[in-house]
Amino acid sequence: MSVETILVFGEADESGPSGLTLELLAAARDLATKAEVFVVGDGAAAASELGAHGASTVYSTGVLDGKLMGVHAAATLQAHLDSNPVDAVFFGQTPDGRDTAARLAVRLDQPVITNNVGAVIEDGALVVEEPVFGGTQNVFTAFRNEGPSLALFRPKSFEAEPTGSGAAEVVPVDFVDPGAAGSATVTGRHIEERSGPQLDDAEVVVSGGRGLGQPEAYEMVDELAGLLGAASGASRAIVDAGWVPYAKQVGQTGKVVKPNVYVACGISGATQHLVGMKGSKNIIAINKDPEAPIFGVADLGIVGDVHKVIPALIEALKAR
Amino acid sequence: MTDDADSLTRSKIRTQLVSPIFGPRVELLSGQHRYSTLHQRVCEIFQLLIWISNNLGAESTTMKVVVCVKQIPDPALPGELDPSTNYLKRDDKLILDESDSYGVEMALQLVESAGGGEVSLVSMAPNGEVSGLRTALAMGAEDAVLVSDDALAGTDALGTARVLAAAISRMSPDLVLAGVESSDGYTGTVPEMIAGVLEMPSITFAKQIEIDGDTVKVQRQTEAGYDDVECATPALVSVTAGVVEPRYPSFKGIMAAKKKPLEELDLAALGIDSSVVGKNGARQETVRVTDAEERQAGEVIEDEGDAHEKIVEFLGELKIV
Ligand SMILES: Cc1cc2nc3c(=O)[nH]c(=O)nc-3n(C[C@H](O)[C@H](O)[C@H](O)COP(=O)(O)OP(=O)(O)OC[C@H]3O[C@@H](n4cnc5c(N)ncnc54)[C@H](O)[C@@H]3O)c2cc1C
Repeated sequence: MSVETILVFGEADESGPSGLTLELLAAARDLATKAEVFVVGDGAAAASELGAHGASTVYSTGVLDGKLMGVHAAATLQAHLDSNPVDAVFFGQTPDGRDTAARLAVRLDQPVITNNVGAVIEDGALVVEEPVFGGTQNVFTAFRNEGPSLALFRPKSFEAEPTGSGAAEVVPVDFVDPGAAGSATVTGRHIEERSGPQLDDAEVVVSGGRGLGQPEAYEMVDELAGLLGAASGASRAIVDAGWVPYAKQVGQTGKVVKPNVYVACGISGATQHLVGMKGSKNIIAINKDPEAPIFGVADLGIVGDVHKVIPALIEALKAR
Repeated sequence: MTDDADSLTRSKIRTQLVSPIFGPRVELLSGQHRYSTLHQRVCEIFQLLIWISNNLGAESTTMKVVVCVKQIPDPALPGELDPSTNYLKRDDKLILDESDSYGVEMALQLVESAGGGEVSLVSMAPNGEVSGLRTALAMGAEDAVLVSDDALAGTDALGTARVLAAAISRMSPDLVLAGVESSDGYTGTVPEMIAGVLEMPSITFAKQIEIDGDTVKVQRQTEAGYDDVECATPALVSVTAGVVEPRYPSFKGIMAAKKKPLEELDLAALGIDSSVVGKNGARQETVRVTDAEERQAGEVIEDEGDAHEKIVEFLGELKIV
C-alpha cells in the first residue's frame, strides 16, 4: 500500500541540494505516488538535480536573508500545506530540519518523530524506525494522527538514487512573516578551513579519540588519513576537550559516516560513538585495552599502543 | 516558589529602591557637618552601604533565567524498554541529565557575569522525582518547579513542550535555556517547540552566550564552524553539550539545596487538559521492537610490533592500498 504525496523539506546551497535531501527524496518516492520538495532557498537552481532524483514539483521560497531559518520556514510551510495538503513531511535531522519541524509541529498541532533510519507504510499509516540503546534495538512507531505525519531522518538512512527524470517543475512560494518570534538575526558567519576528503562522503575515515593522549598526537591521525586519501574524524571526548573542531565529531551528536573503511584510533567505542560509524563496511580499531567495546564491532582489532602502531603504519605506507 | 511569593520579593526590592535613599545620600554628601555624634555617622554610612547593596541587587534581578532540566535514568546503566508499554523504564532513581548540566552552568555564569540575577529550574517527571533537580540546585540555582502528574506517562516531545511552556510562562523569564537534546530521548526538538508555544524567538545550538542589555548574542554551532546570531529577549536558547565545564556542587551547595524552594505542580494547576499529554496526546503507537542486526566482531590481535603489517594487508585486500 502507498500514500499519495510526501513532501521533503529540502536543503540546498549554491552547489545544489544536500545529499540528505536526495536520500529523503528516494525514500519518499518509494513510499508515495508523488514526491515533492520544499526548498527554503534557491529551489530553481536545485530543480534539475531534484527532478533527476524523482521530484515532481519543487516549491521554492528563494533565499532567506540574514535570519535564522526555522521559524520562517515553519510559518511558510504551514501556509503552503493549508492549500497543498500532503500525507507526510520528511525532514533531515539537521539543525534547520529540527528547528523547522519543531516549530511546524506546534503550529499544526501534529506530533513529530525524530531520529529515524527507516520508514514503511502499514495499513495506510506511516511507520518509522528508530534505533535505541546505541543501535542494539529498533523501535517501529506508527503515526496515529489526523493530518500530515512529520518525521525526521538521520543522514545515510536511505540510498540516494537518480531516476533519470527531467528537471522538476518549480513553483515559487512567498515567505510568510512569523512576526517577533522570527527575529533571530545572523550577523556573522565563521567557516572553518576545510580541505581534502569530507567526512560525509569519504571512502576511508580515520578517527582519533582520547587514547591519543594529547592534542599534538592528532597530527599522526591527519598524516595517516592523508596517506590513505581519507577524511579525519574524532570522538566527542577530544572535540569537547578542544583538540579538534566539532565538524570532525562522529556519533550521535556528530556526523553519521558509512565509509568503506573506518579506522578508530584510541576510541573506546561508547554507544553514542558507535551509532555514528557502525554502518561502515569495514572497521579497524587500535586500542590498548582488550576489553574496549570498539573491538565488539571491529573486523580487525589491534590491541596495542596508538603511539607505536600508527607511526609504524605511517612508515610502512610511505615505504610502499 | 509561588507567583505570590515571587511578586512579594520583587515588591520588597522595589520598596527598598524607592525608600528615602536620596535623602541620606544627599545629606551625607552635602551636610556632613550637621552630624554631631560618631554614632550618627556610622549609622549613615551603614545605611548608604545597605542602599548600595540593595540597589545593585535590585538592578540585577531584572535578569531571570529559567533552565529546563530533564531527570533521566543513569546512562551508565543499561537502558530497558518496559515490555507492556514500550516506554523507557524509569523506575530507578533519576539523575540530572548531563546534557542539561551545561545549560545550568551557562545560566549561572551569565548571572554571575551580570553581577546578579536569578536562575530557576523547570522539569517534568511522571513520578515526582526531584534528585536531579536537587543536583542543579546544589550547583547554584535558586529554586525549581517540577511538573508531575500520572497522566504524563508516554508524553511525546510536543506534549512535553506544552507542559514546560505552561510552567515557564508563570515564571516570566528574560531568558530560557535548555540542552540541545536529552541523553535518553535526544529528539532535539523540545526546546524549539517550547519557544514555538511561547511564541518567543529562539537560537538553537549555542556554544557561547552573551547578554547585552535586552539582546542575547549567541555563537551558534554549524556544520562548517559557527554563526553569530542575536535576538531580543525574552528568548529561548538551546545549549550544545560540552561547551562549558559544569561545576561540581560543593558540600555547602548540597546542604543549601535541601532547603531551596521546590514547587510541585500537576496538570490541573497549569490548566493543561490531560488529552494533550500522555499516550493520547502523542497520537503515535509503538507497533514493534526488534533486535538490531549484531555486527560480528572480527579478528583481534595483540600488537607484537608487527600489527601495522596486518593493517596494511587488510587494506590491501580491500584495495585501499
Ligand atoms: C548525549 C550524549 C551524546 C554523545 N554524543 C557523542 C558523539 O556524537 N560522538 C562521540 O564520540 N561521543 C559521544 N558521546 C560521548 C561518549 O559517551 C563517550 O564519552 C566518548 O565517545 C568517548 O570518547 P573516547 O572514546 O575518545 O574516550 P574514552 O572513552 O576515554 O576512550 C579512550 C580509549 O583510548 C584507549 N587508550 C588510551 N590510551 C591508549 C593508547 N596509548 N593507545 C591505544 N589506546 C589507548 C583507552 O583504552 C580507551 O578505550 C555522547 C555522550 C552523550 C551523553
